[in-house]
Amino acid sequence: MQQVTEIRWHARGGQGAVTAAKMTAEVALSQDKYFQAFPEYGPERSGAPIVAFTRISDEPIQIYSAIEHPDYVLVLDPTLLDTVDVTAGTGEGAVVIINSEEKAAALAARPEMAGKSVYTVPATRIALETIKRAIPNTPLIGALAKVSGIFPLEGVLDEVKTSLGKKFSDEVVNANLDAVRRGFEEVSGQ
Amino acid sequence: MSRKAMTGNGAIAIALKQVEPDVMSAYPITPQTEIAQNYAQFVADGAVKTEYIAVESEHSAMSAAIGSAAAGARTITATSSQGFALMWEMLFIAASLRLPITMPVITRALSGPINIHCDHSDSMGGRDCGWVQLYGEDAQEGYDNAIQAFRIAEHMDVRLPVMTMIDGFIISGAIGPLDVLEDEQVKQFVGPYKAIHPLLDVDNPVTVGAFDSLGGWYFEHKVTQNMAMAKAMDVIGGVGREYGQLTGREYSHFKTHHIEDAEIVLVAIGSAAGNVKTMVDKLRDHDVKVGMMKVRTFRPFPAAQIAAALSGAKIIGVMDRSDSFGALGGPLFMEIRSAMFELGARPQIYNFIYGLGGRDIFPDDIEGAVRLLEKAAAGEKITQKRYYLNVREVSLDGQA
Repeated sequence: MQQVTEIRWHARGGQGAVTAAKMTAEVALSQDKYFQAFPEYGPERSGAPIVAFTRISDEPIQIYSAIEHPDYVLVLDPTLLDTVDVTAGTGEGAVVIINSEEKAAALAARPEMAGKSVYTVPATRIALETIKRAIPNTPLIGALAKVSGIFPLEGVLDEVKTSLGKKFSDEVVNANLDAVRRGFEEVSGQ
Repeated sequence: MSRKAMTGNGAIAIALKQVEPDVMSAYPITPQTEIAQNYAQFVADGAVKTEYIAVESEHSAMSAAIGSAAAGARTITATSSQGFALMWEMLFIAASLRLPITMPVITRALSGPINIHCDHSDSMGGRDCGWVQLYGEDAQEGYDNAIQAFRIAEHMDVRLPVMTMIDGFIISGAIGPLDVLEDEQVKQFVGPYKAIHPLLDVDNPVTVGAFDSLGGWYFEHKVTQNMAMAKAMDVIGGVGREYGQLTGREYSHFKTHHIEDAEIVLVAIGSAAGNVKTMVDKLRDHDVKVGMMKVRTFRPFPAAQIAAALSGAKIIGVMDRSDSFGALGGPLFMEIRSAMFELGARPQIYNFIYGLGGRDIFPDDIEGAVRLLEKAAAGEKITQKRYYLNVREVSLDGQA
């Protein structure tokens, strides 16, 4: 069987989870990997819990069902921890990266996190300080690159430069690059 | 050729843009897909010279496409779900007028209950309307089929409308890798359009869509439609080979995987074929003699070729993403079962209905189907032919 890295994103509508799943796919493309990115389809309501998925592999991916047992779970909004079962379907050693000001150890103590590798990154603060908007997706992609090693930081930065560079000013692009870089640097955990 | 990250919708919109037909008519509101939206953007941006006709319903979209094609223009539209259903009446007319319209269909459920998600009820319901039907597994196949559709439809031996399907949301809304040809390569492959008896050729006036009464030629028209379908079989193969020379991705009526020594063969159509293939590879690692077939051409149905390919199988499981109420099984099941009737030694054939209204089909569901078929292969007598995968238990008395 082919080795596929499976990622599930938890967020609220408007926090950029679908964009993050898509951007991660674009990074995978730039690294000559195969990929898939898709949201859980349904009505999109700002603020409501949503889920998106990314698969990454060195070989073509030919499975199209929703991800049941993700290797990585990224939580864009820490308030979801009390309302959504973010570790559903995850196995022993699955990695959970949470946008939070708290220390990873504090969240790792939650019962559902038993046996998981928990990391936190203050992604909303980073977003507010860099891109000046509370959209925590780009710092989380930086954190994912650091924790997973599935692609290098430089690969993410190059992709952000290319994709945002087409539409936005240097100022916006640089702010996003800072957000990715700081996510990479400031993520911490077990 | 360059690789991009694209949704299935985006992939097909690019294919259409590269062909740059003369006219696109489309109903621009739900249940339409992003294909029509993206194409409208290409027109607005001046990226294509296509005349874009925004109409007030899908019935009108197909009517306008018929008018445009009869006038002599290379014409496209796109649809999905209820839109497909609303086109119904006009689909038959496009086919019987032998107009080479092409139409990507994003396969989605039909109401009710109201449901916007993936299944094949729309296109499978339209399998007898006289259109050539090609099904794709992923965005790449959606792109490739959308391009080949023009060559097939416009071939002088065929001159039939062609619809190309990909699965709603699962493929149409998911981002995956797409190898895109150069615009020039696509234009060259498709070639210039040749209109037959166009209405706008005022020096050679013709009547289109005339009344044909009891003493008329209606019956003979139907026979020639079927003759054209038979011709389409070879043309689809030829175009698929030529496309393979251009791209390295050759297309035929179906694809098989590990079928040579397989006792059990699963047959699937659309994106589920990928899920099945992944599970076949896994089970092969555990020495289960299982293989699979992915069907691409559904109309015309390549019955003889499929029967020959499946003749070595002991047990066949056919997977349908739509049901046929009151029939023996789903549409693909009935075609396969009928095709196998010609064989001397017939395999046992079972039907697995899955994924209606967007219900997911997980690897475990497919493995469960194979495990059931293994029992049949081991000689256990199994009378039930039709199964539903990943479904909740229900009964007619309303007790779930």
